[in-house]
Amino acid sequence: MKIRLEQVVKTFDTFRAVHGVSLDIESGQLVALLGPSGSGKTTILRMVAGLEYADGGHIYFGDQDATDIPVRDRGVGFVFQHYALFPHMTIAENVAFGMKVSKTRRSKPEIATRVSELLRLVKLEGLGDRFPGQISGGQRQRVALARALAVDPKVLLLDEPFGALDANVRRDLRRWLREIHDELGITTLFVTHDQEEALDLADRVVILNEGKIVQEGKPAEVCRHPGSAFVMQFLGDVNKFPGVARDGLVFIGETATGIAFSEDGPVDVFVRPRDVIWEKDAGGIPVDIERILHRPDGLTAVGTTKDAIRVEFEIPEQAEPDLSRGAGIILRNAQVFPRGVKSSARVGP
Amino acid sequence: MTPTRRKPPRVGDGPIIRRVLIGATLFFGAILVLAPLIVIAVEAFSQGLKVYAATIAHPDTGHAIYLTVATALIAVPANTAFGLAAAWAITKFDFWGRRVLLVVIEIPFSISPIVAGVAYLFVYGLQGLFGPMLESADIKILFALPGIVLASMFVTAPFVARELIPLMQAQGRDLEEAATSLGASGWRIFFSVTLPNVKWALLYGVVLCNARVMGEFGAVSVVSGNIRGQTNTLPLHIELLYHDYQAAGAFAAASILATLAVVTILAKVGLERRGAGRRPALGSAAKEQNTGTRT
Amino acid sequence: MKRNVLPGLPLSLGITLFYVGLIVVLPLAALVFKAASLGPSEYWAIVSSPRAVASYRVTVLSALVATAFNLVFGLALAWVLVRYRFPGRRIVDAIVDLPFALPTAVAGIALTTLFASNGWFGTLLAPFGIKVAYTPLGIMVAMCFTSLPFIVRTVQPVLEDLDPALEEAAQSLGGSDSAIFLRVILPLLMPALLAGLSLSFARSLGEFGAIIFIAGNQPMETEITALLAFIRLEEYDYQAAAAIASVLLITAFLMLAATNLLQARALRYTARS
Repeated sequence: MKIRLEQVVKTFDTFRAVHGVSLDIESGQLVALLGPSGSGKTTILRMVAGLEYADGGHIYFGDQDATDIPVRDRGVGFVFQHYALFPHMTIAENVAFGMKVSKTRRSKPEIATRVSELLRLVKLEGLGDRFPGQISGGQRQRVALARALAVDPKVLLLDEPFGALDANVRRDLRRWLREIHDELGITTLFVTHDQEEALDLADRVVILNEGKIVQEGKPAEVCRHPGSAFVMQFLGDVNKFPGVARDGLVFIGETATGIAFSEDGPVDVFVRPRDVIWEKDAGGIPVDIERILHRPDGLTAVGTTKDAIRVEFEIPEQAEPDLSRGAGIILRNAQVFPRGVKSSARVGP
Repeated sequence: MTPTRRKPPRVGDGPIIRRVLIGATLFFGAILVLAPLIVIAVEAFSQGLKVYAATIAHPDTGHAIYLTVATALIAVPANTAFGLAAAWAITKFDFWGRRVLLVVIEIPFSISPIVAGVAYLFVYGLQGLFGPMLESADIKILFALPGIVLASMFVTAPFVARELIPLMQAQGRDLEEAATSLGASGWRIFFSVTLPNVKWALLYGVVLCNARVMGEFGAVSVVSGNIRGQTNTLPLHIELLYHDYQAAGAFAAASILATLAVVTILAKVGLERRGAGRRPALGSAAKEQNTGTRT
Repeated sequence: MKRNVLPGLPLSLGITLFYVGLIVVLPLAALVFKAASLGPSEYWAIVSSPRAVASYRVTVLSALVATAFNLVFGLALAWVLVRYRFPGRRIVDAIVDLPFALPTAVAGIALTTLFASNGWFGTLLAPFGIKVAYTPLGIMVAMCFTSLPFIVRTVQPVLEDLDPALEEAAQSLGGSDSAIFLRVILPLLMPALLAGLSLSFARSLGEFGAIIFIAGNQPMETEITALLAFIRLEEYDYQAAAAIASVLLITAFLMLAATNLLQARALRYTARS
């Protein structure tokens, strides 16, 4: 099922949560809505589900205008952030709920068969008699998914599906969700504030800020070609240098960086820590290293430039640096944005 | 563009069910709760202001008011002290029998006030445990103020404690333990740490306790002996007037207590705004896994 | 044993035990002692006398009817107060507590006046041949009044705290309003409903002040058990009073036990493995 959002607007009391968002989701795609809290991503998801009504614009499921269809008739499977499992029902009863209340009548054995099928799909065979309070968070998450899938939804919607789980459980479930998606081929939209999760899992990532889409594309595209300072900062750790562009070249302090930029004026230069190259006595931007942090996958240096700008970058493990001597850094794969509007957007969360 | 601000309907948001439910509850509420309040006012003044004033000014009514107030002045503070002590013991310490104690404190809630009255008779009455002893020492407990106070203390025993215990349980012991580590004495901790945090809940319990003490009928009517002008509290005085076919007088006296009830409710609403009176809901443990904020 | 960090256990526990012992336990023990001092056959003769049995019947039946009414009305009222916004809601919310705040004797004479054959409601009902005052119906009305707040006040906070996501989940799974109410909301309210139900029933069984005015108090017909105990006392038949009071006491304890069991059952899903 293809989903299309057309100029969707949502206002809560005095706070405008979503400003005219338009979005196309191709049938069978797995799409992430990524953004900091307050960016409107959950509101968009809930409007697609019919749990909120849009104040303006339209939402289409295929060719049908679904804007005013109530949630119970919309044919979506929704997985809630905290799962919203019915605490007084067993796991099996939770999964069976949608089939029991459905207008299409199913026989008891039919429902039971489908429930055990779904429990097998989410790898929870044998836990059908437990109550939600008696299983782990990761297991609840999977029950919630099985329950949503039980009604054969046209679209699967997940609100921060892994938000409440431990880091290692998250990673497993993420991979597993991708497998299930590939197996069932169901159009899936999920909300997350975790860029790693979005980039790992999704076919396409939609990045939101302050109720607007700031960029969308394949994970590779948004990583390689961030469209704004906000996206650059939101997608991962980044160093930011205020600089100035003169005659098509960017200067940071006194240093000419060799980076080309066509619009002259004040700019911000963004560089990922692994793209900062540290060289002794080799020119570049002078940096005093203050500390070396030991990380499982290498060393990270923390330092400041002469203009008191903090820099973090990776250095080769074998080269235990000699901190007494001055050194400089060279930037590669830098992204340059003119300074001003929105470039100082807070990095969340 | 003006936003329409529509919300998806929740369960029971249909216009018909909504109107039917609101209408039905208001109707029955008016019959069952509002009408009695109105009829008291109407009946109290049915014979005119003069009769009203005469009843209120009658020495028997005056004595009944005095007795009711005196009872409250003894029973309510005693009950408050008990409630504080019980809440402190139960929430700040773990000891054997804690749960049993909780159940015992709540017992008066499920017991008929008549049972309470009869029970007191078998402690302090002539045919009771201490009766003969008290008689020979010439101490009068039953059919006198002490009996009325004791019976009132029985029926209201849980009132203050049950407001404080859930709250103090929820607040934990951290603050008090921190205060001890800073060297504060027990009383100091109690007055400067614990009490300020529970003052509204305490007052809430006290208000409800007072209303019940002043209005108690069943238990008091057993132990008071109904001696007009001597051991009649206000509720008993109302009964007496009513059965003497002085309906207007009975309602005039009742209007005093009805006013007290209205004041109690106003106080209750005021205190609830300050967060008193909210107990953790039953079954809230089941919600744990489902609560949380959304982004 | 864990050493206590905070001071004051001996004093606070001492006061508590002394108060509970003197005010609550001692009188009840004395009552039980008195009732037990009757021989079994004597005790049985008193508590199974036709007049006593008739009083149980009218008390229990009226309490059942009143509790059933309050179950429906209280649930509806809690629902209306939590889920709907309408002018006057706060006033209704406040006034629900009136039966707790209004002394029972005052409520008794007010209800009697309203429902007497010449009262506001009595005159309206008379053409239909319905008599409320001085009949079992009057007892039920008084019980409805005095125990009204229990179910509202136990259900209301649970309904308020009910996670909206549960309802949304049920809606997204295609549940109709009635299916969601019956399968999701009602079961989650059940522990609170049971608690309110038992408080309401216990209060009705033990109520005295509001009832004796409106009941008519005809032996064998409209005489409640609490009143019978009171009458025996006034007749100086202390043993009979003790025996009948002990029946009320035992009933209250059985109710408490039954409620705790039922609640544990209704909440069994909260048990962690």
